[in-house]
Amino acid sequence: MINPQMVMYEEEFNQIQAVVDRLVRDANAKVVFIVDKNGQLIAASGDIDNIDTTSLASLTAGNIAATGGMAKLLKENEFATQFHEGEKANIHIQLVGNRVILVVIFDSRSSLGLVRLRVKKASEELNHIFESLLKKVQEPGADSPFAEITDEDIDNLFND
Amino acid sequence: MSFINYMAREINCKLVYYGPGLCGKTTNLQYIYERTNPEAKGKMISLATETERTLFFDFLPLSLGEIRGFKTRFHLYTVPGQVFYDASRKLILKGVDGVIFVADSQIERTEANLESVENLRTNLAEQGYSLDKLPYVVQYNKRDLPNVASLEELRQMINPTNVPDFEAVARTGVGVFDTLKAVAKLVLTELKKGS
Ligand SMILES: Nc1nc2c(ncn2[C@@H]2O[C@H](COP(=O)(O)OP(=O)(O)O)[C@@H](O)[C@H]2O)c(=O)[nH]1
Ligand SMILES: [Mg+2]
Repeated sequence: MINPQMVMYEEEFNQIQAVVDRLVRDANAKVVFIVDKNGQLIAASGDIDNIDTTSLASLTAGNIAATGGMAKLLKENEFATQFHEGEKANIHIQLVGNRVILVVIFDSRSSLGLVRLRVKKASEELNHIFESLLKKVQEPGADSPFAEITDEDIDNLFND
Repeated sequence: MSFINYMAREINCKLVYYGPGLCGKTTNLQYIYERTNPEAKGKMISLATETERTLFFDFLPLSLGEIRGFKTRFHLYTVPGQVFYDASRKLILKGVDGVIFVADSQIERTEANLESVENLRTNLAEQGYSLDKLPYVVQYNKRDLPNVASLEELRQMINPTNVPDFEAVARTGVGVFDTLKAVAKLVLTELKKGS
């Protein structure tokens, strides 16, 4: 009854990271990151030491949720793409496979056209990776590492 | 929806503070933020109106420590309490792993509390959740005020199913961490069940 869990394994993570790393280069972007629809950061690349990716992830998800709500009211399916133009930084937000959100932050060294083009290709790749990840999670025997934890483990977390 | 990341060896969970307008949800988060070590917390974000009423949500990422080599990270959200922000509340409940209902103990807020619990139940049901199956705790806030209902009355009205509940004075922090720990514990226990 609770939502299916989102799980990330090393193999898929490396594939996703490779896509994100390449997108930073190919799109001349400053930062690229991927967030799930609940605001959890999945992967990031580029100049990430100078930005608060956790906050951005949560706000991006809030933004997508809000536009999704607007789409519903307008009987639209979903607004899959958003673009915000700033004085120095621009943000391109793309919903991928209705599951995750791909965010590209870029400046005047790049252009919206280039970003759009590269995002399109990256989205297709990401879609495949997330599809196979989802299948893997649903396979029987894909147990949560938390199946083994004891009440004591949980209590210990709070004993300080 | 919790997110288990084998690569980063961390587990992420989403907790939502729910309750009527001005019951003290944002104050809970502010207290937690103030009392948490810098390395265990991220920035607190408040999307608020100019008069500091929550407009969309407050957000606070917290790390609670490790279990079996996995970092436990909790994302705390509050909802805007006013009735007309219902669409936003629904959005914030998406993918929730645990709920804290913050009640305003003042007698004149009785109806607002009841309306809000009912609204919580309805909004969860719309997304296929049942409040009776979700990790859920109740906090009776503002116990410091003179015009408050008794604990028994509040329990009867707001907590008929007897989930873990706590008296609190969020402004000074009384009961704030007890409430958080209780719901975090329920969420982790739920993960253990492997639902
Ligand atoms: N007396 C008292 N006031 C409180 C307490 N908790 C919150 N408040 C006050 O109630 C008001 C609304 O709190 P806020 O956290 O913004 O409510 P929210 O709408 O639920 O987010 C603020 O002025 C708080 O300082 C409490 O335990 N006792
Ligand atoms: Mg608030």
